[in-house]
Amino acid sequence: MNYQYIVQRLLSALVVVLGVTVVVFMIVQIVPGDPARVVLGPYANDEAVAGLRERLGLNRPIIEQYLSWLEALTRGDFGQSLLSSQEVAPQLWGRIGPSFELALASLLVGLAIAFPVGILSALKPGSGIDIAATIFSQIGVSIPSFWMGIMLVIIFSLNFSLLPPSGYTPITEDPADWFAHIILPAFTAGVVSASIMTRFIRSAMLDVLSANYVQTARAKGLGERAVVLRHALRNAMITIVTIIGLQINALFSGVVIVEVVFSWPGLGRLALNAVLERDYPLLQGTVLVVAVMFTMVNLLVDLLYFVLDPRIEYA
Amino acid sequence: MTKAKVRKSRAHEELGAPNTLWRDAGRRLLRHRLAMFGFCVLVVVFLMGIFGPAITPYDPNGMDFANRFAAPSLAHWMGTDDFGRDIFSRIILGARVSLQVGLVAVSVATILGTGLGLLAGYGRRVTDEVIMRAMDVLYSIPALLLAIAIVAALGKGINNAMIAIGLVYIPIFARIARAAVLGIRNEEFIIAARALGAGDLRILTWHVLPNVLSPIIVEITLSLAFAILAEAALSFFGLGTQPPDPSWGRMLAEGRDFFRQSGWMAFFPGLAILFTVMGFNFLGDGLRDALDPRLRR
Repeated sequence: MNYQYIVQRLLSALVVVLGVTVVVFMIVQIVPGDPARVVLGPYANDEAVAGLRERLGLNRPIIEQYLSWLEALTRGDFGQSLLSSQEVAPQLWGRIGPSFELALASLLVGLAIAFPVGILSALKPGSGIDIAATIFSQIGVSIPSFWMGIMLVIIFSLNFSLLPPSGYTPITEDPADWFAHIILPAFTAGVVSASIMTRFIRSAMLDVLSANYVQTARAKGLGERAVVLRHALRNAMITIVTIIGLQINALFSGVVIVEVVFSWPGLGRLALNAVLERDYPLLQGTVLVVAVMFTMVNLLVDLLYFVLDPRIEYA
Repeated sequence: MTKAKVRKSRAHEELGAPNTLWRDAGRRLLRHRLAMFGFCVLVVVFLMGIFGPAITPYDPNGMDFANRFAAPSLAHWMGTDDFGRDIFSRIILGARVSLQVGLVAVSVATILGTGLGLLAGYGRRVTDEVIMRAMDVLYSIPALLLAIAIVAALGKGINNAMIAIGLVYIPIFARIARAAVLGIRNEEFIIAARALGAGDLRILTWHVLPNVLSPIIVEITLSLAFAILAEAALSFFGLGTQPPDPSWGRMLAEGRDFFRQSGWMAFFPGLAILFTVMGFNFLGDGLRDALDPRLRR
């Protein structure tokens, strides 16, 4: 394993995270006018506005504000919610679990659909299944997930009463109820990911299926199943993992929407509530945590290349 | 055919007639069925956007409390909402909002993103590093969350939604433009232009930009699809278009509160978004195939 590359990649992730802290810090700074006045509204008295300015540290020079905010972050202190006056950090930690569960479940749904559909359509290009897969991926990538969520609720919850329309039960309390609640949101976010991944898996498989080593494997008399799974799919995995990594940005965006539609108590819903209530410390904390999680996942995907293809060497 | 004509025709085939790339791409695009389907859908949506108020059967904001929650019928093709407003008329007017947001946001992203990408790809290593690390930072925040955060800072409303969506897509255009520039920056025609004394700005605008246009045009079409989805999502959350102006996302959010009694309030705006986004995606895919037939997969 190329340790030099790993260190280099870790450092670059650190730079990105530092950059993200600047962007997140700037959320409050680019508020037109006085952020304290914006938060409290036009009818707040001057004393209250001055008090909030003091509490947010807005009276100090901008560099000093950033450095003290950053220093607090390193201690795990994300500040206090403007609305509830509670610490932001515990609220964030409580929401990471549900968001992570939903993102993972959506990714699994996406992969469970995309792999078989993508592989089958690559094996028979131009066939009925290939055309169906193309139509599916085009509709999936164009469908507004919040609309699909609402339609699924109308069909499966209101018409057939098969699944709960919204809400969340922790997996530790009642796994069966947790599962019943996660099906519709995970399917909604998963279908969008599946439609994009299907196209790339099909494309990657088409590339490797025409390679010489696949023809050699067939000529040796290997069964089609072994050719596809052991030779073609394995070599297509580098491209596929890259696409899955890139998909994670879209997946997180999808999860934000789905959480709102299904009242899922995750980071996305927390961020939206923070925006609607103009609770800037809560919003900053949420965006920062999601961005750091996303950067870490991308880092893992990059490092996964070594496992998938030992020939890879980074200069 | 005379020998001279044959020679001329062969020379045309070998060297390529002027504008052959674009003419060939146009021909390939016309033969692309899905792209043409997308194009037709978009023509309808653009006509709705341009002539909106003139062609709506009812006043899109006109309330009719006697006709609240009317189901789709000959009088109201897509039914009415909780204020008795005609949903079909509101969808026609909503096309204008979606197109306006999409076009402005993608223009912002294209101009800034392509400019930064060209600079990064053509400039010095330090410039490249600074610009691309900044793009990495923007890209590391999920697009919709970043758009929500920007709207939170700038304030709700359609103008800020356009800015937010535009800023979010800058890194995508920057990456595409940079990659395209890196592919051609050491080509002979660039070196020749430099040897003839052309300055960096002239080389970038006259020699580099025309050669990286194909992937950017494709990305513009595909980004329009995503921008319309993003606007709908922001309006769905109450951060984009504000009432009483109709926006498809906002109509969907309003319909969500009443989907038990009148599912059509959410159904038709969603369908409008789906078809418009699909139109842009089909056209974008068709353009990609037409401009670079090697990628046809």
